[in-house]
Amino acid sequence: MGFVSRGFRGKRRDNVSSSRVPPGQYVVTDFPVLSAGPTPHVNLDQWTFSIEGEIDEPKKWSWKELSALPADTVTKDIHCVTKWSKLDTTWKGVSVDTLMEGVDTAADFTTVYSDGGYTTNLALDDITGNKAWVVYEFDGQPIEPQHGGPVRFFVPHLYFWKSAKWVRGIRLQKEEHPGFWESNGYHIRGDPWREQRYWGD
Amino acid sequence: MARAALLGRLEIPIPRGPLRWQFGTLAEVVQETPRVSSLFFDVPGWEGNLAGQHVDVRLTADDGYQAERSYSIASAPDDPRLALTVERLDDGEVSPYLVGELRVGDRLELRGPIGGFFVWRGDGDVPLLLIAGGSGVVPLMAMLRHRANIESSVPARLLFSSRTQADVIYREELSRLGAAGDGLTVFHTLTREKPSGWTGYTRRVDEAMLKEVAWSKRENPAVFICGPTPFVEAASQLLVAMGYEPRSIKTERFGATGGTA
Repeated sequence: MGFVSRGFRGKRRDNVSSSRVPPGQYVVTDFPVLSAGPTPHVNLDQWTFSIEGEIDEPKKWSWKELSALPADTVTKDIHCVTKWSKLDTTWKGVSVDTLMEGVDTAADFTTVYSDGGYTTNLALDDITGNKAWVVYEFDGQPIEPQHGGPVRFFVPHLYFWKSAKWVRGIRLQKEEHPGFWESNGYHIRGDPWREQRYWGD
Repeated sequence: MARAALLGRLEIPIPRGPLRWQFGTLAEVVQETPRVSSLFFDVPGWEGNLAGQHVDVRLTADDGYQAERSYSIASAPDDPRLALTVERLDDGEVSPYLVGELRVGDRLELRGPIGGFFVWRGDGDVPLLLIAGGSGVVPLMAMLRHRANIESSVPARLLFSSRTQADVIYREELSRLGAAGDGLTVFHTLTREKPSGWTGYTRRVDEAMLKEVAWSKRENPAVFICGPTPFVEAASQLLVAMGYEPRSIKTERFGATGGTA
């Protein structure tokens, strides 16, 4: 038996299957907000979504074009590196596979970037293969600005900082360039099931 | 003075290697308000922290059940003990243990320091504008303690919003720091009480208050805002609307949308 915190019992959550909650996480029913700066207010009339970098012909969609693309409605658990997990969250948006259709690239890595200057790095393999979406609805409603609306990235199998708020595009890259939190002490990949929270985890 | 100047230049790098779980031993408890206590730990081998960073804390029950949470560090980089200031949340799992159960001499598992963005290193000469709601004052207090320790001449202002006078965390220490005549001014506002004899504000943070308190945008202050989500949203949006550069505003939020400050 290892260390025991004297007098600690904890609040067990018998109703939550522990197989759904990664190590070190706890389940919340509300929806906490984490952002490094002020919430930007995004005007959809001028909004575009781009795929650029290692691509012969960069792609760009207006809001009208993107919202007309075939969309998925997906229900997934989300896991924030600050320890909360929220189960069965429902989002609607366009799969990155749909956006990447016909794209031939030598890139293995990407940087997803946002209004306000936020970036996060993701392996191309982590955002293709039905694993990532560009979403614009949460629970059937437009996404609130504080939660990344009108349009955010959604890659639920990694810690939620990878699901960039206020997203504007994907830069395809041959090399991995650490993004904002990845340059500030947080793990380069961020797999919650391996508890890859910080540098060195 | 020489020591202080030297400490001011100390570079504490963010560790690249694994952040190991280590033990802190609770050495002292200071009750700050009815709901908030500061816990001072001796942590052998603690390699220091930047002002504004946090630690992860892990509790283990006798059947192996564990709970982890993050807490802002209240102590400055060169303070002798690692301090956490924790607000007891009635429906919380970890905070009622830390504030209530944990006793002097008990050990606590923690790892850190964590975070390289919401930090003030004590270098540079732009003025510092700190805006705190409730226990959001904790990482900002680490910055003010650091500023005092290194005898920084960087002008600083703290605007601190609390519910009632009894809820003001660090009240005496802030009063002392603000009276030191070293360029720090502390402003308080209360949102749920107007005590007689109170000389601070008694309303939520608004534009008129920020106009009186904040450095002008021409001075391009470094802004740190920490508190409950609605508080941080309101204060940061006010500053952006007043023309402050969004990228100069660093925020740390806790809790969900729609909560109360």
